[in-house]
Amino acid sequence: MQLPDDKKDIITTSKISRRSLLAGAAAASIVLVQTASGKAFQAALTASELAADDPTKVPGVPPGTLGTRSPFEKPVKTPSDTSSRTPLQDLHGMITPSDLHYERHHGGVPSIDPAKYELVIHGMVDKPMIFTLADLKRFPSVSRIAFLECSGNYRGSNDGKIKPQEICGLTSQSEWTGVALSTLFREVGVNPKASWFLAEGMDAAVMTRSVPVHKGWDDAIIAYAQNGEAIRPEQGYPARLFLPGWEGNANVKWLRRIELADEPFMTREETSKYTEAVGGGKIRQFSFTMDARSIITYPSYPAKVEKGWIEIRGIAWSGRGKVTRVEVSTDAGKTWQQAALQQPVLDKAIITFRYLWNWEGNPTEIMSRAVDETGYVQPFLKQLLAARGGNMGYHFNPVTAWYLQKDGLVSFKAT
Amino acid sequence: MSWLKARSMLGSTIKFLGTALMLVTALHTATSLKVSRQHPGVLLADTLSQPVHYGFGRPATAAEIAALDIDVRPDGTGLPKGEGNAMEGKAIYIQKCAACHGATGTDGPNDRLVVGDTTKGGGRKIKAIGNYWPYATTVFDYIRRAMPFNQPGSLTDDEVYSLTAYLLNANGLLPVDTKLNAKNLPKIKMPARDKFIPDDRKDGPEIR
Ligand code: HEC
Repeated sequence: MQLPDDKKDIITTSKISRRSLLAGAAAASIVLVQTASGKAFQAALTASELAADDPTKVPGVPPGTLGTRSPFEKPVKTPSDTSSRTPLQDLHGMITPSDLHYERHHGGVPSIDPAKYELVIHGMVDKPMIFTLADLKRFPSVSRIAFLECSGNYRGSNDGKIKPQEICGLTSQSEWTGVALSTLFREVGVNPKASWFLAEGMDAAVMTRSVPVHKGWDDAIIAYAQNGEAIRPEQGYPARLFLPGWEGNANVKWLRRIELADEPFMTREETSKYTEAVGGGKIRQFSFTMDARSIITYPSYPAKVEKGWIEIRGIAWSGRGKVTRVEVSTDAGKTWQQAALQQPVLDKAIITFRYLWNWEGNPTEIMSRAVDETGYVQPFLKQLLAARGGNMGYHFNPVTAWYLQKDGLVSFKAT
Repeated sequence: MSWLKARSMLGSTIKFLGTALMLVTALHTATSLKVSRQHPGVLLADTLSQPVHYGFGRPATAAEIAALDIDVRPDGTGLPKGEGNAMEGKAIYIQKCAACHGATGTDGPNDRLVVGDTTKGGGRKIKAIGNYWPYATTVFDYIRRAMPFNQPGSLTDDEVYSLTAYLLNANGLLPVDTKLNAKNLPKIKMPARDKFIPDDRKDGPEIR
């Protein structure tokens, strides 16, 4: 393989030159790139450079210190000023790769030295305590796979040109590991009269939310790991609150303080924001649980499909517990069929579903709806609007329909 | 490995386990011995009993807590000493806030802070301090912890009182010359207060 001239001079180190002796071309497979700061890092070659070769005729790249994504695969989040969305339509399975987990923060991602990290727990407790990251890791640990979702996770579109990523890409799933908050509650001796706690972050927003104490005793986690490694900075490094099934904002990242009290603190995020008008002039507050939801991720905009067998694929989840059923309609909601659910079906977790369908090529609408163990059936947009006095806003989880044109083009349709 | 050898190794393992079991039983005579249900004969004495306290972490001193404890509650708990009025607040606002929230707090580019003329919303529902915030204390708490966005935590308590007074005044909730402090701020009745209801969704089929 011929290297472009500008890259020739940066192939270096003895490890590679040993390889080069064995097979000169192999050296071309990895490139040490000299950055502005003088640090060298290993970069995979571009897709076009690699694609030219017969991979059976050239020794491959030697083992590296970090894995890389294939240069042919380019899933990306879509960032705005305040959030970045997971490319749901590009993913498979139940786990979101950590670097594609959605982001939502109110003052940017802080840089925190784990050696200086401390979590204070005080207020209505016997013993106010401070825990370092090392302290948190000494406690018995818990792990669970669960989704996280921003409660402001619905977008529609008039022209139909909108991807699952844009409709509801503020949801992702990871395996979270940490210490059960109940363990820390016992350690500090939470006063039985305490009914709420304030969770506070150490970001520039000094994010605060009030959380009912029962969630702390139930299944809250102070998480320091995500998908097997330290939590990503965007997800709260070095430690965050994780509340399975509850709206993302309450899962305070970069957690520095927990204060036990006998009333909510009425912070800006639980009054001015993350509350929803529900009709009759009323505003619903402390609506933590994420209701059941699903979306077909294939086929979806901007896919183009062909007549014949199509495996309809999607994801479903519920903050109230397990998804028990996902139903798929291929005739605009007139009839519904049961989709196959991929095991394991976990509590408060995203699951994947599939439905095999033979499309005869006639224009139609396909859609899915999730049913959870409480009997809740994911509603249509019209039902939600009717239930909320015509208001849209947070906690909006309508059925999403995809319109298939005769030529196979797929576009979004509101329900 | 021959069948015979394997059997004899198994035998000695059982013997060893037997001795270990006796030893552990002797050590635990006072407590009840826990044995795994899935694997009878395997002792879980080391891992099953959870202490109430592990002894990890250290006590937090009052000074350490005070350095972080900046929250202000609806009843005024947490409000610091100091005061300010709307006139002073307006001057600070123009200097430190108007670039992002507009000269009058209604014209952005960032969040609208003042309700102002609701007929000019362009169909969109206007949400601002004067018609959507249930507690005046939240205004103080939020400005002190998070604003100005580009320099959070840079305001003095007096400046925060002044800015809170200015925004309340601009929303028609405080006379221009009232000195705002820890005593009167929690007493301000906000128009949106009674609109808020706790989550009324119940687990079950109902769509709400
Ligand atoms: C650099 C731009 C910028 C400056 C300067 C700024 N803000 Fe903000 N402000 C914002 C942004 C952005 C938000 C929304 C933050 C969020 O949603 O997390 C905001 C939100 C607010 C809110 C909450 C609005 C709501 O309805 O929830 C208040 C109150 C506020 N700012 C007051 C102030 C005051 C007072 C100052 C001056 C001391 C100030 N801001 C200066 C950008 C700014």
